[in-house]
Amino acid sequence: MWQIFHKLGSPKWFFGIATRLMPWLLAGGVLLLMGGIVWGLGFAPKDYLQGNSYRIIFIHVPTAFLAQSVYIMMAVAAVVTLVWRMKLADVFVKAVAPVGLVLTFLALFTGAVWGKPTWGTWWIWDARLTSMLILLFLYGGVIALDRAINDEKSAARAVAVLVLVGVVNIPIIKYSVEWWNTLHQPATFKLTEKPSMPPEMWVPLLLSILGLYLVFGWLACLRMQTEILVREQRTRWVKDHVMAGRA
Amino acid sequence: MNAEARPVIKPLSSGVGNVAAMKAVFSRDMKVAFRQRQDLLNPLLFFVMVVTLFPLGVSPEVSFLREAGAGILWVAALLSVLLSLDHLFRHDFDDGTLEQLVLQPQPLFLLVLAKTVAHWALTGLPLVLLAPVLGVMVHLEGNSIAVLCLTLLIGTPVLSLIGSIGAALTLGLRSAGVLLSLLIIPLYIPVLIFGTGTVAAAAEGASVDAYLALMGAFLVLAVTLAPFAASAALRISLSNS
Repeated sequence: MWQIFHKLGSPKWFFGIATRLMPWLLAGGVLLLMGGIVWGLGFAPKDYLQGNSYRIIFIHVPTAFLAQSVYIMMAVAAVVTLVWRMKLADVFVKAVAPVGLVLTFLALFTGAVWGKPTWGTWWIWDARLTSMLILLFLYGGVIALDRAINDEKSAARAVAVLVLVGVVNIPIIKYSVEWWNTLHQPATFKLTEKPSMPPEMWVPLLLSILGLYLVFGWLACLRMQTEILVREQRTRWVKDHVMAGRA
Repeated sequence: MNAEARPVIKPLSSGVGNVAAMKAVFSRDMKVAFRQRQDLLNPLLFFVMVVTLFPLGVSPEVSFLREAGAGILWVAALLSVLLSLDHLFRHDFDDGTLEQLVLQPQPLFLLVLAKTVAHWALTGLPLVLLAPVLGVMVHLEGNSIAVLCLTLLIGTPVLSLIGSIGAALTLGLRSAGVLLSLLIIPLYIPVLIFGTGTVAAAAEGASVDAYLALMGAFLVLAVTLAPFAASAALRISLSNS
């Protein structure tokens, strides 16, 4: 147990593991995502109320779900950075922040596309939408602060503090549809309850969410590897790795 | 700035109690501020001018101003606090006082809290005192003005406290001012929403208890957590320079 913990601190060890994991993550992710989306867009039944326009749920919900999930992962990594000063945790935060930004943007964008036919408007100042917009700003702030500080170690810790401060927004997003009487419909999935949708609807949705998680995992590994190569460029093993790739 | 004009922090021995140390930091910050009176006036002038822009730029209609007045005052207050935040640690950072503060035997978060309270007393409190006059200028009714002042009284310390984290994080960076706004405005949005929501509820004659309770909760949360985050950020910024 402790050995794994110890190994996680080694960028070289992670680099090797990531190289072996990535094909599986990508293949699994693409497979699940394709399955979920094709099933959802092509074969799932029509919604009794919203007709076909509800089908964007198979893209909207996974991105929105992951946008928040990625921020929580970043917050966990931030704690690890501050407490144990683990290099990889900081690499993770730095690598996935732009991914989170893009996911949040996609969630807002697909939400707007969905909002037009169902609510008759692209954008409304509703609690869920506003708190998601704040999440977008938070991701932007994290990236901006990271770029502004030149020293790698200070940047890592400053960013970790900022990520932790921003975490207060996550419960606000989560419960915004319950605390306020808003236009946005309540959560589609709850861990504790049986879904109110028929299985032909929620199974493809679940597949897309899982698929997007795996694709995110692949993307995170890829971006972390790049970041590690940049940071460890002076070490022996990186030189060997790059030379081996060239030969 | 004249170096002699800034009182220094004398090393406090570990025998000095935490409260006494906080008082010393607070009174020093007040002294520094009153020797630079222009810095005290600037955020207030900014506040008044931003509020003036709305009737001129959008509409001087009484009905519009009555409806939007609370929001205008809140946004102006938020911006003027944001403007003054850069000063919170900057001068102390430049002349080395901040390092002395970190080296004191008393816990840093208490001293940071004292500095933040001083910042609020110098910027937030004057805004609250000025708000009734501006409230009359934007045709708010008496009851709304009272509620507005109350929300500002609870809300502006939250702005200072959250802002202290951003000010500490961006210390010593190029283009710190813009970055500071970028980091802090998202965190200000909930305070703004509930601050203006309270006044809107009061104007409709609804009960404001729930809103005030939530704002009080924001304040409690900010007082207990922000100084820790800000002092952690200060240590990072100092180790950076």
